[in-house]
Amino acid sequence: MQVTMTVNGEEVTRDVEPRLLLIHFVRDHLGLTGSHWGCDTSNCGTCVLWMDGEPVKSCTVLAVMAGGRTIRTVEDLARDGELDPVQEGFMREHGLQCGFCTPGMMMTARWLLDRNPDPSETEIREAISGQICRCTGYENIVRSVRWAAEHETQVEVTT
Amino acid sequence: MTTVEEPATTPIGFGRMLRKEDARFLRGQGHYVDDIVLPGMLHGAVLRSPLAHARILSIDTSAAEAHPKVKAVITGATLETLGLAWMPSLSHDVVAVLATDKVRFQGQEVAFVVAEDHYSARDALELIEVDYEPLDPVVDARRALEDDAPVIRDDIEGKTDNHIFDWESGDAAEAEAVFARADVVVTQDMLYPRVHPAPMETCGAVADMDKVSGKLTIHCTTQAPHAHRTLYALVAGLPEHKIRVNSPDIGGGFGNKVGIYPGYVCAIVGSIVTGKPVKWMEDRSENLMSTSFARDYHMRGEIAATRDGRITGLRVHVLADHGAFNNTAQPTKYPAGFFHIFTGSYDLEAAHCQVTGVYTNKAPGGVAYACSFRVTEAAYLVERIVDCLADELGMDPAELRMRNLIRPEQFPYMCKTGWEYDSGDYPRTLRLALEMAGYDELRREQAEKRARGELMGIGLSFFTETVGAGPRKHMDILGLGMADGAEVRVHPTGKAVVRLSVQSQGQGHETTFAQIVAEELGISPDDIEVVHGDTDNTPFGLGTYGSRSTPVSGAAVAVTARRVRDKARLIAAAMIECAPEDLEWEKGRWFVKGDPSTGKTVQEIALASHGTLELPEGVEGHLDAQCVYDPPNLTYPYGAYICVVDVDPGTGAVKVRRFIAVDDCGTRINPMIVEGQIHGGLADGVGMALMEAIAFDEDGNCLGGSFMDYLLPTSMECPSWEVGETVTPSPHHPIGAKGIGESATVGSPAAVVNAVLDAIGVRHADMPLTPAQVWRAMQGRPFRTDLAVE
Repeated sequence: MQVTMTVNGEEVTRDVEPRLLLIHFVRDHLGLTGSHWGCDTSNCGTCVLWMDGEPVKSCTVLAVMAGGRTIRTVEDLARDGELDPVQEGFMREHGLQCGFCTPGMMMTARWLLDRNPDPSETEIREAISGQICRCTGYENIVRSVRWAAEHETQVEVTT
Repeated sequence: MTTVEEPATTPIGFGRMLRKEDARFLRGQGHYVDDIVLPGMLHGAVLRSPLAHARILSIDTSAAEAHPKVKAVITGATLETLGLAWMPSLSHDVVAVLATDKVRFQGQEVAFVVAEDHYSARDALELIEVDYEPLDPVVDARRALEDDAPVIRDDIEGKTDNHIFDWESGDAAEAEAVFARADVVVTQDMLYPRVHPAPMETCGAVADMDKVSGKLTIHCTTQAPHAHRTLYALVAGLPEHKIRVNSPDIGGGFGNKVGIYPGYVCAIVGSIVTGKPVKWMEDRSENLMSTSFARDYHMRGEIAATRDGRITGLRVHVLADHGAFNNTAQPTKYPAGFFHIFTGSYDLEAAHCQVTGVYTNKAPGGVAYACSFRVTEAAYLVERIVDCLADELGMDPAELRMRNLIRPEQFPYMCKTGWEYDSGDYPRTLRLALEMAGYDELRREQAEKRARGELMGIGLSFFTETVGAGPRKHMDILGLGMADGAEVRVHPTGKAVVRLSVQSQGQGHETTFAQIVAEELGISPDDIEVVHGDTDNTPFGLGTYGSRSTPVSGAAVAVTARRVRDKARLIAAAMIECAPEDLEWEKGRWFVKGDPSTGKTVQEIALASHGTLELPEGVEGHLDAQCVYDPPNLTYPYGAYICVVDVDPGTGAVKVRRFIAVDDCGTRINPMIVEGQIHGGLADGVGMALMEAIAFDEDGNCLGGSFMDYLLPTSMECPSWEVGETVTPSPHHPIGAKGIGESATVGSPAAVVNAVLDAIGVRHADMPLTPAQVWRAMQGRPFRTDLAVE
């Protein structure tokens, strides 16, 4: 069946099987391999991307359920070649090692900061609690998000 | 958009430096195996056994073959015709690639489907009919050696039991004498449960056989690309120069990606059969149920001491559950890995361990999950039983440890099982940890809380690792010595490339190894490209595991860079027209002794080496070098860890409130990366101590086959880590570095367990200390955590 959605600002239309998962749609059909597949059971969060502005685990969303909706992935975080403060924070605070969970973590962090520009450590930990990182022990991810919060004022608001 | 205030300065050498590899990961441009798409690529899927032990009566693949999108169905019978139904294990056993006679664990590989797409391949698995005759499984390692236990490995000629090996270390008679005259002996049974490294990226491969050139390319989630290439050559009879193993970005390894899995071999066969590239990526359940697990050590420890708290002896008997095939990845001479470092950080009179390995109907593996070849089990054993002794003696566990630590003046220290510890100042490290924790104040707080009925616990561990395997004369894997190569080449314009035999699964090699070259040559790390992971472009070596990258490959790179520096001296002397002995080195240039203004930078020397300068006798053009580094000894990182927990007396739920970790890994090349490695390992320790276990029911069904059942720590279970450091360089390593990748995973579980048991006043209960287990322990009836039975 045919599905149409907006992905990172561009409308895309594809013929897909009804059972196709959204994560496989963005990875295999659109070639956006920044979002990862990790567990199948909504536990690990490596597949987190935004659907209509909310983070979702795209391994448990059918591609057809995203029809007519707006998808944003990690590939859209940097704009005009400039890193988002969240990306900058992850680099500055060593918030990533193998990099596999990183896109999902950053998408959740961006979502958090859009709603809560000055989150506490506890609020950051709660926001990423549905996502697993095996490398960092979370400490530097928390610091990365804080770094981004403290440097948000330097971001020009663009719509 | 973002304006960055001050760009981080890049140190020309060691120091905190942001990672070079981050640029691609931050933009979603990491390139992992599953991101690889080749023209015409097909997709493979593995049919796995639903039963733990059963005879295969028949396999009917006709319906699967009739599926319109299926290109090939491969079974054990297909592989038998190619001589590939079985492959050698990493421990001189064999492993079934696809089962032919029996299945021996739930999740074992039975058939492989190649189809046009991933979903169709999965569909076709459902169409394969396998007729099984169920057999009694051996699930409990303690039943494996009983006379009437079913024989799992009847494929081995003459095999009538499930015994794999007996191995011992230390002096049994000496230990017996020490125990006979001891004031106090404490005995404790403990299980280090089966756990799984569970990297976020599962295992997989893209195999691409080019029939015209005869070249096989395997893009693979491997921590040891060179070892894989050689093993493929040996197993499949393919010419080694026609095999390229490429390990691209790897989403975490932790030992899970050392071995060769049947899926890789099937992908290769699939590509040979179809003439197309074949991708195989396992799913999470396949990863947890079939790939290399860790631990599963049933240990009986005995500790001997004087009444005033001097530890005199340690004895251990281990029943080691290796699963259905003996496929542990470790040096050949050591069937129990480096478990015989179980004497830990203490100066003893005698020690002895005996390890018996057995087959069970469980997945094979056993050496993984940042274990440093079983040092994890050893560290847990000794640090747990020292706490049991403290309990018996009524002594503070910190005081008992301090009293028995090997003293700084005793290094190099030969331990009772034959390890020569290279360097250390243990009391200083423990004192720092106690200070950081505010230990005395914590004990006061604990006493006050106890009086109010609140359960607070403080747990310590002091671990010593033995890593950086290893000296060629002692250590090999399947006959391949554990020495590693490196190549450094300075281009004409003074930029450099360093080629490594090891590869990264997140450790930051592209940064750290550039810093090593920078330190030795004075070239900015930004000007140094690190090449790794691709066997066509890198020198031979055994790969990244056992915390060996910095101790072995790091040394190789330092030695190679020094050879470049030595060559640069000869060329600089020719340029300046002086004797090489008249030149002195400062980072980045050779200059004339006593005349610092006359000198040549590395960049100038590099250009001259490629130019028309008349070179001295015996010096070839260009500026490069290589070496193969054979470590003279292993390295011995160590650390003191303190964990503070609060236990809910009503539910048994544990909250890790604080965790203080003081690590000594010798020289720290990039302190930021070192701390990151420690943070990750501490989270592993909290997970293993409190949450993680792969248990089985009586039929051999795996009870940890998804992330809904196999629980990993999240940001909510982890505290904010408090890390400290002492630096005692390794005297035999070129830059004094000891390795850090696994220290925290090795050292932290005992600290967490000791803290919980300290809180509830129970001498021992096995991990994982889930609320149910803690609750039961408080009632004096802890569970067995390896089985779903009471």
